[in-house]
Amino acid sequence: MQALVIAAHGSHLNPGSSEPTFAHAETIRAAGAFDEVREAFWKEEPSFREVLRTLESEEVYVVPLFVSEGYFTERVIPRELRLAEWDVSAWDSDGTDADHATLRATDVDKTVHYCGPVGTHDAMGDVIVERARSITEGRDLTDFGLAVVGHGTERNENSAKAIHYHADRLRRSGLFAEVRAVFMDEEPEVDDVATLFETDDVVVVPLFVADGFHTREDIPVDMGLTDDYRTGYDVPTAVDGVRIWYAGAVGTEPLVADVVLERAADAGADVADAIVAVRERTRSGSDASAEAATGRSR
Amino acid sequence: MTSDVAALIEAAGDGIDFDGLVVEDTAYGYRFETPAVSKRGIDTSELAALADGDPYVANWRYWVETVGGRGTARRAFLRWLEGADDATVGEGDAEDEGGHGEASDGAEHADADDANAEDADGETDDESDAVDARERLAALRDGGRVRTWGELRIRVRLGGAGGERVYDVRHRDDADADPRDLDTHRDPSDAHDLVKHDDRGRYRPLSTAPSLPHGWRFVDLDGGALVDTVDYVYPATVANWHREREGDLDVTHWRETADRQSGIYDLVSDLPTEALAWAAEACCVDSQCLKRREWDHDADTDLDVPRGDGEFPCREPCSLFVAAAREFTKLEREPEETREVTLSESEVEGLGDLVDAVAEDRVNDVREADLDDGANRYRVRYLRAKRGRRLGMD
Ligand code: SF4
Repeated sequence: MQALVIAAHGSHLNPGSSEPTFAHAETIRAAGAFDEVREAFWKEEPSFREVLRTLESEEVYVVPLFVSEGYFTERVIPRELRLAEWDVSAWDSDGTDADHATLRATDVDKTVHYCGPVGTHDAMGDVIVERARSITEGRDLTDFGLAVVGHGTERNENSAKAIHYHADRLRRSGLFAEVRAVFMDEEPEVDDVATLFETDDVVVVPLFVADGFHTREDIPVDMGLTDDYRTGYDVPTAVDGVRIWYAGAVGTEPLVADVVLERAADAGADVADAIVAVRERTRSGSDASAEAATGRSR
Repeated sequence: MTSDVAALIEAAGDGIDFDGLVVEDTAYGYRFETPAVSKRGIDTSELAALADGDPYVANWRYWVETVGGRGTARRAFLRWLEGADDATVGEGDAEDEGGHGEASDGAEHADADDANAEDADGETDDESDAVDARERLAALRDGGRVRTWGELRIRVRLGGAGGERVYDVRHRDDADADPRDLDTHRDPSDAHDLVKHDDRGRYRPLSTAPSLPHGWRFVDLDGGALVDTVDYVYPATVANWHREREGDLDVTHWRETADRQSGIYDLVSDLPTEALAWAAEACCVDSQCLKRREWDHDADTDLDVPRGDGEFPCREPCSLFVAAAREFTKLEREPEETREVTLSESEVEGLGDLVDAVAEDRVNDVREADLDDGANRYRVRYLRAKRGRRLGMD
């Protein structure tokens, strides 16, 4: 038997925080590739500490639903899962290309394939494109600018690296006229997004796992979409003569389920059929393949 | 020949001894025994005739094939639900439903203290076990058997003619509710949305807080779906309960949990032991959490705080507790000062009411015009108007 665990942050305060985790888990469950699919959280239950014991499978693929490699993925999750042999060098990553590590947890008799986070997988680029397409209702994006929004350095430098990584790849894809990485707490700031681009339209996609305080309140206000997040804003909203298409957290995009599966597949899980099924279900059925455009191959 | 019979004949070679059913392949032919039938020296066709439609054979098949998973928490839990684990029958929490199930209550002879009958999985040790099996199956046919798990009320009964079980779940307070008043669900994954908020719409960050919302029911679940549903409502409780019964619950005490923390939780290891007990009293007692606290400060230093009577254990301080401990640690770091405050006796009493009302989550129950209650809004506003937010202290 093989199981999938989606490891996410969760929240004691915001019930919406775990919504995408449950939604992606449900999509994958329906695809039937795993005997068991379980959500696990730092702040909700089951906790990272206790999730493995809820599984009957001997092979477990753990995929962190986190944006970047860093404190949580390199330290907290392995520690809490009791992956005693874990060392970050096992991922052999420069901050954006974590792979997977095969380990044992000390409290259960199982093989744990600990995967890199969804946020730094190449397939996340496809999700950003998908997000941009759905928010613009399928418009031709080659005249559009794309802003990929990140938190900034904060507790770990890799968080900015992940944003740059995707921005660079998407720039090379030629799908957008202009692509930039912008941040909440460092330059270039999301506040200035309207003046950073040459294009008349800019799609703004935050590389966040779930919608919450930052994506619902801070970013819309910072960009000048609204003075009061409670009153909402239009998509697009014109700011300084530039139409801003604000997409909200990319993590809520159904196609993220595909990235989770890709992570598990990279670690050896037998999920090829499920990947096809999930893509069919979660992609907005456009003819042009974002995958081909971002130069990703399987 | 039904598939039950085919399976039975195949298994007879190795012998079967399960829930009152005994089948052996001996030199003198088959032996087939149930609480109702006893035959020896019969041939295959006689065995098949006896087994066809026999409820003990169907029951055996259910546990062997449908449930399977010997040694798993899932199986142990399903056995426990119908009192088939020998040990816990008669602990008093197996409620009856509508007058049915008398038979199973009649079987309350098992030693309730013996919570870990070694192999409690179906072996017929003596006559009384066979009686148990008969009464159990009768009860399952006859309206079913009910157990509670936290605030859940779980009912199991036989569905249809064979040994298949059907499970349903609702809030224990909704035991007698008219089904038409309850929202009906069949998909276990509906549960996580259902239990995310309490009846007043407040987010429930702690799954085992005794604030499970009412007004729903899950019906027609099979065993796997039942366990999944329970796992959504009370994650990991079945797994830890099972470990405890097997005698290998791995308790992690506060000291170790606190020392492991990093980042913003690094500081919780400074929480004084005395304050840890206050924190456990604040967060972990039965009125706040249905898990039974098994952790202490460390293996040698117990906290003098009730552990709770819950069915399932708490094996380690949870994330909510650690987050609370962080705030309490910060509080404990502050220096204390002696202050002067001028209050009447009634004002002091009223403040006590207010503290109690918040601590017991009673604030919303204080009636608008009940000015006698120290937690009454007008009264508290009056106090604030008169003394100020800081009660006149500098
Ligand atoms: S630490 Fe306390 S509040 Fe948290 S689950 Fe255990 S008993 Fe409940």
